[in-house]
Amino acid sequence: MEKEICLLAIESSCDETAAAVVKNGREVLSNVIYSQIALHTEYGGVVPEIASRKHIEKINQVIRQALSEAGKTLQDLDGIAVTYGPGLVGALLVGVSEAKAISFATGLPLLGIHHIEGHISANYIENKELEPPFVCLVASGGHSHLVVVKDYGEYEIIGRTRDDAAGEAFDKVARAIGLGYPGGPKIDKLSKEGNPDAIAFPRAKVNENEYDFSFSGLKSAVLNYLNACQMKGEEVNRADVAASFQKAVIDVLVEHSIHAVKQFGYDKFAIAGGVASNSSLRKAFEERCATEGIQFYHPSPIYCTDNAAMIGAAGYYEFIKGVRSGYDLNAVPGLKLGER
Amino acid sequence: MGIESSGLVASVAVAEDGVLLGEYTTNYKKTHSQTLLPMLDELKIMTELDLSSIDAIAISAGPGSFTGLRIGSATAKGLGLALDKPLVEVPTLEGLAYNLYGCHGLICPIMDARRNQVYTGIYEFVDDEGQTSVDGAREQKLVLQSVMAQTAMDIHELLKELERMDRRVIFLGDGVPVYGEVIRKECAVPFSFAPAHLNAQRAGSVVALGEVYYAQGRTISSDEHGPEYLRKSQAEREKEERAQGNAK
Repeated sequence: MEKEICLLAIESSCDETAAAVVKNGREVLSNVIYSQIALHTEYGGVVPEIASRKHIEKINQVIRQALSEAGKTLQDLDGIAVTYGPGLVGALLVGVSEAKAISFATGLPLLGIHHIEGHISANYIENKELEPPFVCLVASGGHSHLVVVKDYGEYEIIGRTRDDAAGEAFDKVARAIGLGYPGGPKIDKLSKEGNPDAIAFPRAKVNENEYDFSFSGLKSAVLNYLNACQMKGEEVNRADVAASFQKAVIDVLVEHSIHAVKQFGYDKFAIAGGVASNSSLRKAFEERCATEGIQFYHPSPIYCTDNAAMIGAAGYYEFIKGVRSGYDLNAVPGLKLGER
Repeated sequence: MGIESSGLVASVAVAEDGVLLGEYTTNYKKTHSQTLLPMLDELKIMTELDLSSIDAIAISAGPGSFTGLRIGSATAKGLGLALDKPLVEVPTLEGLAYNLYGCHGLICPIMDARRNQVYTGIYEFVDDEGQTSVDGAREQKLVLQSVMAQTAMDIHELLKELERMDRRVIFLGDGVPVYGEVIRKECAVPFSFAPAHLNAQRAGSVVALGEVYYAQGRTISSDEHGPEYLRKSQAEREKEERAQGNAK
């Protein structure tokens, strides 16, 4: 039998302070998330300095809880995986500095992990049979990527957003119709009461690359619609706006993704990132993948949001490949997928 | 063990019973994230340090660069958690003042805080009244005493404050190159500037003062420790200003 590999994983790239213990990349022994969302709500978005301060305040408690829920001590572990980019530099540095110090004090190997690689790897946790290659759509507040996962740790980005990330568009539209931050879950909820075909919002195509996304035009169309209604003194049906906007985003994500899966000749497709917990998005992909004969994978909402378990999953495959980071590991806010 | 990363300087030190076993200080443009732990690793190797043998980790606890402070704090917290050792918080300006142990007159460390302010405090060394003489020896122990607690203030205000105290003063810290000219023009009391080997943050001072505080039982758990920023985040300040504006 193979040796068990247990990693402590730490994630602090944005507004969640998270730690987890993960066995062999697929079995989550603990997954602790301290969310700061409430703290940032009154500012209408994440304030980097406030996020960084909260990370330093909470990080030890979160790590201790992750270890205790897993029933492990640091001595039982095989390594420490930590998100080192992309993300907010001040926030990332808290997790990176902490992880390096623990690695130094214990002698445990250190693994710097890419945040998006973590999101993609979240799919391994609940889908034990899923193995590369497959196509993955990563959609969150900061990212919209269409990625071919060729092997563990081997990625090719085939499509990306030209402007706003999908989650960013959700946040901005939510603000415009007075729903507040974070926009994704709020629009998802309100959409259930609205008619997705009530308003014809545009579905943008990017001419240079058929897999790229653009959401700023859609966002402007929503804002223009709201303005026009106001000028005419018409009452806005917010549920219809939310549902129609969401439908427009989902249509584009689904079309591009399914097109990519077919063009590249794969039969497996996964979604990841915060937007992947959107219930209508999941339903749309489930239906479409079923008719196209594509195996569809998605993580539970708890593994879609920023969490450390996904970093532990990605960390495992780096660990067994022999990847190690040095004590000079730095936070890289603009880290690209597939780069080191 | 002492850690100092509040400003441009990155510095680590190890001291045992009043003996500085090693100190490693750099004042270079590389980020603390790249330098601090490799330096600590080097120090550990050179002093053959068994990490489990340390009693506490002294951390320069602020004020200073927000990010710099957090790199030091997260490092100290991680060490404290993994080694199960307490932390000793040494206020950054007290650590700086401790560079000038035994100095007569006032000590005024100043750190550039941007926005036309300095992080500063005013300190002096006084006789330790609690000490008992050993075999009639004439040794006099000194303690660092705060005359004005550390704060963020305008340099001109600080100079007025010093004028009111009407005593000679020695300035040090990274605020000196920035405000040296202002001090030369406006300081009304006799003053001097500390030389290069004494004028910047160093972990040697943090660990030496940390030893004093440790002996006084001033420790804190690694979970509880967080930097003293002396300043709210910009977003919080702006929010408060808006709230005040609305109230008027």
